[in-house]
Order: sequence, then structure tokens, then C-alpha cells
Amino acid sequence: MILPALFFYLFAGICVASAVMVIVSRNPVHSVLFLILAFVNASGLFMLMGAEFLAMILVVVYVGAVAVLFLFVIMMLDVDFVELREGFSQYLPFGLVIGGIFLAELLLVGGGWVINPGVAKSITSAIPTNVSNTEALGLVLYTKYIHYFQVAGMVLLVAMIGAIVLTLRHKVSVKRQEINVQNARTPELAMAVRKVTSGQGLQDADAAEWVQ
Amino acid sequence: MTIGLGHYLAVGAILFTTGILGIFLNRKNIIVILMSIELILLAVNINLVAFSTFLGDIVGQVFALLVLTVAAAEAAIGLAVLVVYFRNRGSIAVEDVNLMKG
Repeated sequence: MILPALFFYLFAGICVASAVMVIVSRNPVHSVLFLILAFVNASGLFMLMGAEFLAMILVVVYVGAVAVLFLFVIMMLDVDFVELREGFSQYLPFGLVIGGIFLAELLLVGGGWVINPGVAKSITSAIPTNVSNTEALGLVLYTKYIHYFQVAGMVLLVAMIGAIVLTLRHKVSVKRQEINVQNARTPELAMAVRKVTSGQGLQDADAAEWVQ
Repeated sequence: MTIGLGHYLAVGAILFTTGILGIFLNRKNIIVILMSIELILLAVNINLVAFSTFLGDIVGQVFALLVLTVAAAEAAIGLAVLVVYFRNRGSIAVEDVNLMKG
């Protein structure tokens, strides 16, 4: 029985430590890497709690997508991060006081709170014991909570379109293919037949008609 | 030595406070502020999954999944806004964001 406790303290300790490193680290790239470490350890915590599907999703979505997005943006933007760190020590006492009060309040609420013994009767859908976590999640997600699921899909779609619309830009200097212009070209527009007199060639006066 | 609901809630509370603290400490660096928001949402997810497991109700995990969706969308939009802002102003200092004088 000591092994789960040991792993809990391992995961929780590394998770909290790397979360602290995220906010105090000088280099934002290090911050992102510590964020990845925090998420991997949180996924270990999820695994300990028996939420295997969410643990894997956490790794896929956060480490695979969000953290890489952060890394891309940090490395793409040419930002002087030293300048952005000014005022860190100035805000530290204030932040520590606020954070301390907040944590104390949360722990007091959590410590002085007991679960209503009647809560077992009001459970919406109990975790089935005979199927895996993924199957159990799917059994409620695609039936009872299908609308929530579809709204989540819409949120992702809106986010995708929004991100594209925000960041897409057409540079004027870049030549782009215009397919409708290409398709509208006819031989009459593209070619001109000239009789070239011997020894003279085409005159500059005709130059406007050469290239359409 | 058994690990109960309280242990997980304590981890969630500490992570949440770390996220809040991160917003206060890195007031100029909006990238770290976005990362702090991710930490806060992670703490929320830990709470949801902890209650789901210890009360034996799978709905908590469904909601954790939805929170995950919103967190991913928020990160994508936030970083896109950041990139556009950087293109326009050449800086990402949060204190300069007073163009609209709101």
C-alpha cells in the first residue's frame, strides 16, 4: 500500500516544483519545458486516480499541441525577455501576500469541509466497474452529454478559424497564383501575330502589345 | 498513509495559487501569464478528476474533458492575438496595451 502513496508524493512534488519553476524561470523557453514537466506529472496523478483516458489526452493535447504552440510563438517572436522581467522583485512581496492569503483560504475551505453523506444518492452516472475508463467515459459522453461534446467541437472550430483569421496576412510583395485569371486567358489575349519586316525587327512602338 | 481526496485537493490548491502568483509576478510578460492560466486550468482539472474518482461519478471526467477543450482553444486564440499584436507594435509588453484607453 505504500507504493501508491510514494508515487503520489513523487508526482505531486515534481508537479508543484515545476509549476513554481514555470513562473520564476528567467527564460520563457525553460518555462515552457517546465510546463511540459508539470503536465506530464499531472497526467501521472490522473493515472493514479484511475482516469487513464484523461491522462493520455493531457499528454497529447498539452505536451503535443499547446506546449509546442507556446514554443513556436516564443521562438518566432524576437522579444527582449530580460526587459519584460523588470519589476519581478517589485511585485514579489505583494504577490506572495496575495498568494499566501489565497492558499490559506483554499486550504481552510478544503480542511473544514466534509462531504455530505447523502451525496452517494445524488450521483448522476456512477463509474462502471466492468469496463475500462475510456469505455465508461464514452458511454456517457456520446449519449447523455452529446450536446456538450458537440459544443466543445464548435469551440475548437471557432478557435481554429479565429486563429487563422487573426494571423493570416497577404503580403503585397509576394506573387500569388490567380487561377481565375489564368483560366480566363484566351489565345487572342495571350498571343499576337506580327509580320516582321526583314532587317528591322519589331519596333518599340509595338512593345505594349507584346506582353499581355 | 492512504492518499485521499484531501491530498489531491491540496495539490490542486497549490497549483492554483502558483498560477495566480505567476500572473502577479510576471505582469509584463504575457506569455508567462498565458502559461499561468494553463496552470490554473490544470488545477481545476485535478480537482474535477479527484472528485470524480472519490465520489464514484464519471461526470467529473466529462467536465474535465470540456475544460481541456476550452484551455486548448484559449491558448490558440491567445497566442494568435499575441502574434498579431507583436506584428503591429513590435513588443509584447502588457503595460503598453492601452491603445483603446479603456
